[in-house]
Amino acid sequence: MRKEIRFSGSGGQGVILASVILGTAAALYENKHAVQSQSYGPEARGGASKADVIISDEPVKYPKARNIDFMLCLTQKAADKYLPDLKEGGLVLIDSDYVDVPETDKYKVVKLPISSTTYDKQGKLIALNIVSLSAFVEVTKLVSEDSLEKAVLQAAPKGTEDFNMEAVKIGRELAKTLK
Amino acid sequence: MANPKYEFIQGNLACAKGAAYAGCKFFGGYPITPSTEIAEFMSEYLPQHGGKFIQMEDEIASIGSIIGASLTGAKAMTATSGPGFSLMQELLGYACIAEVPIVVVDVMRGGPSTGLPTSPAQSDILQAKWGTHGDHPSITIVPNSVEEMFTETVRAFNLAEFFRTPVIILGDEIIGHMREKIRIPEPGELEVINRSLPNNDGVCKTPYASDLNKPVCLPNFGKSRIHVTGLNHDDTGFPTMDPKIVARENERISMKIYHQRNLIDKFEALHCDDAKVLFLAIGSAARAAEEVVNVLRERGVKAGLFRPITLWPFPKDEFAKYAANADYIVVPEMNLGQLKTVAERFTKRTKIIPINLVNGEPLGPDTIISAVNHLNI
Amino acid sequence: MFDYSQYLRNEKLPHIWCPGCGHGIVLKSLIRAVAKAGWNKDEIVLVSGIGCASRLPGYVDFNTLHTAHGRALAFATGIKLAKPEMHVIVVSGDGDSLAIGGNHFIHACRRNIDITLICFNNGIYGMTGGQYSPTTASGDKTATSPFGNVEPHFNVAELAKGAGATFVARGTSYGVPQLDNYIYQGLMHKGFSVIEAAEACFTTHGRKNRKKYGPSNLDMLKWQRDHAVSVEKAAGMSEEELQDKIITGVLHNVEKPEFTEQYQKLIDSFGGGAK
Repeated sequence: MRKEIRFSGSGGQGVILASVILGTAAALYENKHAVQSQSYGPEARGGASKADVIISDEPVKYPKARNIDFMLCLTQKAADKYLPDLKEGGLVLIDSDYVDVPETDKYKVVKLPISSTTYDKQGKLIALNIVSLSAFVEVTKLVSEDSLEKAVLQAAPKGTEDFNMEAVKIGRELAKTLK
Repeated sequence: MANPKYEFIQGNLACAKGAAYAGCKFFGGYPITPSTEIAEFMSEYLPQHGGKFIQMEDEIASIGSIIGASLTGAKAMTATSGPGFSLMQELLGYACIAEVPIVVVDVMRGGPSTGLPTSPAQSDILQAKWGTHGDHPSITIVPNSVEEMFTETVRAFNLAEFFRTPVIILGDEIIGHMREKIRIPEPGELEVINRSLPNNDGVCKTPYASDLNKPVCLPNFGKSRIHVTGLNHDDTGFPTMDPKIVARENERISMKIYHQRNLIDKFEALHCDDAKVLFLAIGSAARAAEEVVNVLRERGVKAGLFRPITLWPFPKDEFAKYAANADYIVVPEMNLGQLKTVAERFTKRTKIIPINLVNGEPLGPDTIISAVNHLNI
Repeated sequence: MFDYSQYLRNEKLPHIWCPGCGHGIVLKSLIRAVAKAGWNKDEIVLVSGIGCASRLPGYVDFNTLHTAHGRALAFATGIKLAKPEMHVIVVSGDGDSLAIGGNHFIHACRRNIDITLICFNNGIYGMTGGQYSPTTASGDKTATSPFGNVEPHFNVAELAKGAGATFVARGTSYGVPQLDNYIYQGLMHKGFSVIEAAEACFTTHGRKNRKKYGPSNLDMLKWQRDHAVSVEKAAGMSEEELQDKIITGVLHNVEKPEFTEQYQKLIDSFGGGAK
């Protein structure tokens, strides 16, 4: 098994942290080989931000995704820039509140209103990355629910555990509405 | 819970944790992308463990501060990237001639000048060797994984302390920022070397006395009241212009390293024994090259990868041995041919194929494969 | 009679300085101040940069460090922070500490690290043959201002004060007893202290400006005597009257938290930094 994943969005949305949590879940809680890397510009906020995770049963040498199986796009800019890298037969999860992608035979497009749902449930968008990650995991089944929750807890600052676990649930429930 | 010995961390953090493992007690640095995470970790770690962290006013001051700290006996380190590494060059030479152990981490980025601060490059391969003026030794280590960022940092401190010379670690933006799982070694699991000191700490009239090809056994500042200078000096440590002594000492600070290469040389030779297409690569480019070697082997091509982990001094004999059997030497690197000049120096007959990328993008397997596909293999 | 030999590396003498140079005078002043402080030689680190004054560490029997041009304070900061129990003294010329080392100078002041800096201010780059420095008086002829210096100069003491040094004094190589006292006070002061020693370099500077400073090295010393004004006296003088004067005395002396003590408090807050 080898899966290449790309998270993309705008700087400050936390896509890099989401990718780290996914890598942590796979590497530390499922004992798989995982490599996470990112590229970013000079902006701390805004701009296009992307992070790659490769999860494999074998050691991963080159750390950048080249043949992407799964992608998450939180902004239109990121979708426009990175979707061409998604492989045929791949899957992209988009935040339908901000991103629109035409239907295609090349890959599967999964649309979820992530921002609006997060805002409705939590009154703020600070955990948008966790909600997105959780929905993404629910759709892709890359790691188990249990591993994801452990990795989220490991990354959550003290005092925010409950808030982040709530975000995990929101994402999971949102993704389940697809079925 | 996950096993606490395992961590999923980035290369820069592994480097900082390796320094802590090696007993680093002093860090002087200046913020610069993409190395800053090392300073950030040390600023948190050191005061909690009896060490000292200081953010200096520039990179020149940073390396000056760690040389000063090291002279009191502390294991000391700084971390920077290309522009800051350029600023440090003069005092790197100072640490060479005064024989002060320090570790300098350079997480390479695009250049020249400010270049591409957030993008990967391998721009300082030759600067690490020739950046400071005068003839001087360079021990330069190039890790290519998060685990090596830890273990090679421990080794860097060991070599610095043993040889009493600056040791440079060349990371790059990819290795510094990527995350992998590593196991943090138990105390005692990896060797940790401390500098040797004179037996009689009270009196040391000739702190710079040394056998030919050996490092000195300098006392720390204290009872010996030594004199340390960047001028050429004799065995008392005081300046001299005696041509015989100057020549001997200038040669010794290099030869103490080149004569004990068995303690320094480290490389990885993957499928090199029968390789007709021999890749020479370091750091993140070597990770891409390794994938290509595996792809080519599946195609039946006899490909191999020679990866210096100690880049300087270059493991020339081993490389030359494999290069002599190869039809092609392929040198993928994120610069315009710095490592290629090394390959040229140590191979006479073999065709050298440079693969260069300086656009700020990582050098990946696809770029290498398409270049190699043109070869008659 | 004061015995200097116990503080000197006698076998390293004679020194390299020219007849009439003030550096030897300040060296002896420094030794007397250290003797008065009663410090153990093993616990002193004397650090310098590059230049005539920076050769001083070679002559004294302390732990001594002759660094690179301008960088003495950077090295000294590392020494003091790594081992605060050491007494760290920096000797540095005006070019060394204020031009190439200017950044380190202001930041050492700002940190208020417990180091004593003695700035040997002779207003010239002596070792390289007399080029104008950041403290060369406007109009003076030097090897690189053959038509007279068109640049204004730094006021070392004011710069130190403005940057945050907590003890600032100025003496001259003529007014030796006062200089002894300023250096001693600087050594005793907890925090960053700057003692500017106004000096003269006849060999590379005076010779080119005989009209102003007089025909000999002795005249240059006398010029110092005639232009030195105590800070108390200066208080009653106009800016115009003070134009070419050297204001001497303790110019600034305040207590502020010292850097290495503050850092030690941080370490102590974690239980002393047990491994």
